[in-house]
Amino acid sequence: MRSLIDKIGDWFDRRLQLAAPIREAVEHPVPRSTASWWYVFGSAALAIFVLQIVTGILLALIYVPSAAEAWSSLQALNHDVTLGWFIRAMHGWGSNFMLAIVLIHMMQVFLFGAYKFPRELTWILGVFLLLMTLGMAFSGQVLRFDQDAYWGLGIGASIASRVPVVGPAILRLLLGGPIIAGATLSRFFALHVFVLPGLLIAFVGLHVLMVLKLGINEWPMPGRVVNRATYASEYHELIKKDGAPFFPYAVWKDLLFSACVILAVAACALYFGPFGPTGQPDPTIIQTVPKPDYFFLWLYALLSLLPPSLETPALLVGPVVVIVALLLLPFLAGEGEKSWKRRPIAVLTVLLLAITLGTFTRLAEVAPWSPHMSAWSGDPVPVRLLRGTTALERQGALVFQVKQCRNCHSLGESGGQRGPALDRVAVRLTHDQLIRQVIQGGGNMPAYGKNLSPAETTALVAFLQTLHPAGQAPARDASRDAVLSDSPVKSSGGQP
Amino acid sequence: MSNDTALSRRGFFTKIGILFNGLVAAALAVPIAQFFLSSITRGRSNAYLSWVPLGPVGGFPEGETRLTTFRNPYVMPTDGKTVETACWVRRIAGDQFQVFAINCAHLGCPVRWFPQSGLFMCPCHGGAYYRDGARASGPPERGLFEYPYKVQDGMVTIQAGELPTPGAAIAAHTGEKPPCAA
Repeated sequence: MRSLIDKIGDWFDRRLQLAAPIREAVEHPVPRSTASWWYVFGSAALAIFVLQIVTGILLALIYVPSAAEAWSSLQALNHDVTLGWFIRAMHGWGSNFMLAIVLIHMMQVFLFGAYKFPRELTWILGVFLLLMTLGMAFSGQVLRFDQDAYWGLGIGASIASRVPVVGPAILRLLLGGPIIAGATLSRFFALHVFVLPGLLIAFVGLHVLMVLKLGINEWPMPGRVVNRATYASEYHELIKKDGAPFFPYAVWKDLLFSACVILAVAACALYFGPFGPTGQPDPTIIQTVPKPDYFFLWLYALLSLLPPSLETPALLVGPVVVIVALLLLPFLAGEGEKSWKRRPIAVLTVLLLAITLGTFTRLAEVAPWSPHMSAWSGDPVPVRLLRGTTALERQGALVFQVKQCRNCHSLGESGGQRGPALDRVAVRLTHDQLIRQVIQGGGNMPAYGKNLSPAETTALVAFLQTLHPAGQAPARDASRDAVLSDSPVKSSGGQP
Repeated sequence: MSNDTALSRRGFFTKIGILFNGLVAAALAVPIAQFFLSSITRGRSNAYLSWVPLGPVGGFPEGETRLTTFRNPYVMPTDGKTVETACWVRRIAGDQFQVFAINCAHLGCPVRWFPQSGLFMCPCHGGAYYRDGARASGPPERGLFEYPYKVQDGMVTIQAGELPTPGAAIAAHTGEKPPCAA
């Protein structure tokens, strides 16, 4: 039996002649220090990429890339086709895991100085791989052709249209026509299924080939400085003195971690199920609150928090600056210390980026800048705020709800957070200031002067003046007291 | 490198072969580019825009703002529901109208009209507009996009067909001259 397998193997290898190069590749010597759990993220990203290809092909057996049918074909996958929901869920969760692992891999490579000489090109290809992975995530979100995908495309279109001079041309090229429609979905399908995967496979191949050719980055030791003239011989020496074949010395950790990651994807898919689709991509259904997928939430936050005048420059220049900086990194810091222990700025940069992106993502999950569109009719005024109030003040509470103030201002923890919470507003603003703010707006609040009658304004402000803690008096204008009482201000400044 | 000046027979034919392939590629590049860029070239001089009826004037009460829908004039067979478009019609008085695009001038999310407070609000990043479409607050840098309209034989008709965006493509909608139509 054994000899038969050997014979068949020999028959193929006489013709393919691949056994020797494959053996050479898997048994290439690596520094013993790199057989570490820190070195498993690249192979895990590759494993998920393979998973994405397999699940992607399976989905393409059912999915219809037509704006008229995509949504119903996803429904069929979710509900009619045996385990269609599971394959969709695996593909969706695989996408999230792939982006997460690619980012962790990149962070590890950066902190371990692996982008330095002679691995500059490996890093540059890696930057393109990251961009393509992001491209896959966005185009994949478009293929899940639901309300979020439709309005997400609208946001992409709005950003693209802002490019000076060629904006309209880019917009029409992106959409494949004048509006988001069938041609738009078809071209994102071509991008997601042919163009980007083809490029990804080619770039991943080159990326891995270079890791094999140049050798894996050795574990960085403080004080072991990279020098272009001597690095190659030092690395050679290290491998000779303290090297071991990748297979089987280091490979088991890669295998184990990859399997765990795939298992985690499957577990998330089983437990949480597939992503959407949300409502039908019908632009006449406007009762929708579109939100991007997890890995673009930080961008959603950025677009809400940037000052309007900075937005277009930041959107158009920002990505270029970031990408150019990433591409130039190995040329600006191609030599020197590799160890993170001697590179405080590198560590701080990673921390700053992680905290910034994490904060933006968390903020976008709450989205305090979005008005709560149904708070005015759905969130009642807390009863405790109405106890012991006059008829005028209660009328004011009614005005407060009916004029949709609640959509942006919360009372008792419910309502929008676009504007400040008003539970204690009477402590902050005097009677006159309240009137002025309501009538004229300002500080990012619309002016309500044209939409409130004098009676409504009086009632509303009367209600707002009741909003102060029990033991704390509302704000008042002492000079006004003096004018109205028509007598000199008393030194004690007490209530007249 | 003795014969680098002399052109061998094989070298000559290799060069001819490369040149011939280059010519074929160049010839094919023309139709490929025309196909690939057709969505841009077709949109030149506002060819995507047409006049679309929204409904009889009587359907829009004076002083009110109503949601209505229309079918985008440029349709492909695979478009499905995406060609249905919503817009806000404000009848000021008589034949005086304002027709606003549903898309927020910030990033295109669908704005909603609240007649009680006289505001359009955007659910995405919190843009708000007054009843005449002027910017009230939030991230938008301008007011709502308006479709050019006319009242013809008792029908409110708008010029539509392109996605209104903050870029120059909406110039046509705002009555400004599009830069590429000169």
